Amino acid sequence: MKVVLQHLTKRFPSRTKKGDDVIAVNDFNFEIPSGKLIGLLGPSGCGKSTTLNLICGLEAPTEGSILFGEDDVTRLPPENRGVGLVFQNYALYPHLTVLDNILFPLQNLRGADKLTKPQMMEKAMQAAKLVQIDELLERKPSELSGGQQQRVAIARALVKMPRVLLLDEPLSNLDARLRLQTREEIRRIQQETGITTIFVTHDQDEAMSISDMIVVMKAGVMQQMGQPQDVYDDPINLFVATFLGTPPINVFDGRVRGGMLYVGDDPVMAVGGVADQQVSVGIRPEGFNLDPQGSFRTHLVRVEVMGRDTSVVSTHPASRNPFVRSIIRADNQVDRTKETVCFSLMPNKVFLFDAQTEARIPFTWEAQK
Amino acid sequence: MKKRSMKGWLYLLPAILFLGCFMVYPLIDVLIYSFEEGYNSASQTYYGIGLYNYRYVLRDPYFLQALRNTFILVIITVPLSTGIALLISLGLHAIKPLRNPYQTIYFLPYVTNTLAVGLVFMILFKKTAYTDGLVNLLLQWFGGSSVDFIDGPYWAKMFVLCFYTIWVVMPFKVLILTSALASVNPEYYSAAKMDATSKSRVFFKITLPMISPMIFYLVITGFIGAFKAYSDAVALFGTDLNAAGMNTIVGYVYDMLYGNSGGYPSFASAAALILFAIVLTITCVNLLISKKHVHY
Repeated sequence: MKVVLQHLTKRFPSRTKKGDDVIAVNDFNFEIPSGKLIGLLGPSGCGKSTTLNLICGLEAPTEGSILFGEDDVTRLPPENRGVGLVFQNYALYPHLTVLDNILFPLQNLRGADKLTKPQMMEKAMQAAKLVQIDELLERKPSELSGGQQQRVAIARALVKMPRVLLLDEPLSNLDARLRLQTREEIRRIQQETGITTIFVTHDQDEAMSISDMIVVMKAGVMQQMGQPQDVYDDPINLFVATFLGTPPINVFDGRVRGGMLYVGDDPVMAVGGVADQQVSVGIRPEGFNLDPQGSFRTHLVRVEVMGRDTSVVSTHPASRNPFVRSIIRADNQVDRTKETVCFSLMPNKVFLFDAQTEARIPFTWEAQK
Repeated sequence: MKKRSMKGWLYLLPAILFLGCFMVYPLIDVLIYSFEEGYNSASQTYYGIGLYNYRYVLRDPYFLQALRNTFILVIITVPLSTGIALLISLGLHAIKPLRNPYQTIYFLPYVTNTLAVGLVFMILFKKTAYTDGLVNLLLQWFGGSSVDFIDGPYWAKMFVLCFYTIWVVMPFKVLILTSALASVNPEYYSAAKMDATSKSRVFFKITLPMISPMIFYLVITGFIGAFKAYSDAVALFGTDLNAAGMNTIVGYVYDMLYGNSGGYPSFASAAALILFAIVLTITCVNLLISKKHVHY
């Protein structure tokens, strides 16, 4: 089921009479293709949970409309939209067993949709098998681990075969190891059912690793939407570039003069097609090559060996962050006795942004020989 | 290890001394009195040991009357007050404006003196030479005939007592239940809403189980409290409850000790222990039932 948001806006009235309204979601326009897994990504308080609540119908939009396929569901109450929602804290009924929790939505069906008991059992078992909790049906939620509770919550959301599945911070209550496991699991369940799934997260790792598409949000405004790798490789502005990637991108103050990019006083790279101006320079940690002749020089602080690769931590006077972190292959030896490390830069890992608007400035470079 | 356990006992000593003096010792003493025939507290003498006290009490028509009154009071007031309190709490929980003023109004009887309230009830219900009382005037207004609620037929007196008791215990129950309702995680309601759960199903399948521990707490304390009723009856019908036929078990115990017919600590002890046995049994039954129906 395709999900389309048109000019979706949600304004919350201010608590004080004089204050301005809070715009949690500001003029959203996007289309989520059918059967995809979408990560709604942004820092806390950026309006991603509100967006989710608008889609599922727990909140009504101030303006704009929501379409599932061709149906306008903007004015429909949540129960008639055909959405399944997994709450951040799962909201499993603590007094009911796992089975009763999964059966609960089915038992609500009335009229033509009413199911017989064997039909309900069959559907519940199907959902339980899908999330692999069919061994735990007689347990109470309090007797389950966090990961198992999460699966029960997903089974309960899926049992009515919703048109759209929504997950609110699905991994935030799990420990690091379970998080890895569960995100694979969510991916698998989504692919097996083919249900259009939207999940909210503030963790870019999570979103990048399993989503077909990510939507990056900031302060109620959609910044960029696209496939994770595309967004990572081609960020539209400084915020998106900073938000995606661990370790985060290194940001420097720089300027362009005569087609040459200067970071500090050093000319570091030729950039074509950019007018002379002050710029913010973003360089991904993996965009550095150790090169004795390299023009990008930093002051070495320490070298962190991580096995597969090596992380060079250094300082640079023009850096916006206290440290510059560059990741190089472990077979490169860094001379730790020297105070200065020299790098050459990979042009496709370097981004220029307008110093004021923070919008991306495209540039051209000559392919290396 | 030994030293440490000594230290533990030392910490417990104040509580043990206090409870021993004022709870355990009197309890044992009452048990002993109840088996001593014709115990005289002035001369500290008795003339036999046996079950005579119990036999006497259980045959005493005043005691049987008190037992009957107490049971009727318990059976009517506990479910009714808990049920009405639940309805009021649900109402309070559902409204947003004026919730606080209403909550205050419902809580007022809790901070009001029992005897003062009894006096007001008497004025409402009592028939005197000058007036029939407010309730009777209302009854006449609607075409009924007036009833003497304070000195009249048994059912009328029982009605007033139950009405009064329910009114007095209500605020505490409303207070507990509103806070219980407020503590139910709203996510459950959102989840139920997502699944198109009907209102009655939300109440019976989500709200009620969630607040069941509090309801159970209220039922148990309600039973115990109602079995120990005494001051309410005194407030309405005066101290000579036997004459009014409205005595309670605790009232009987008091009368046996200090009343006009008093001075029989042995009978009083036996009656008190019978009450204890009844309350214990009922509480155990409650606990057994609750295991099946109370969640967590």
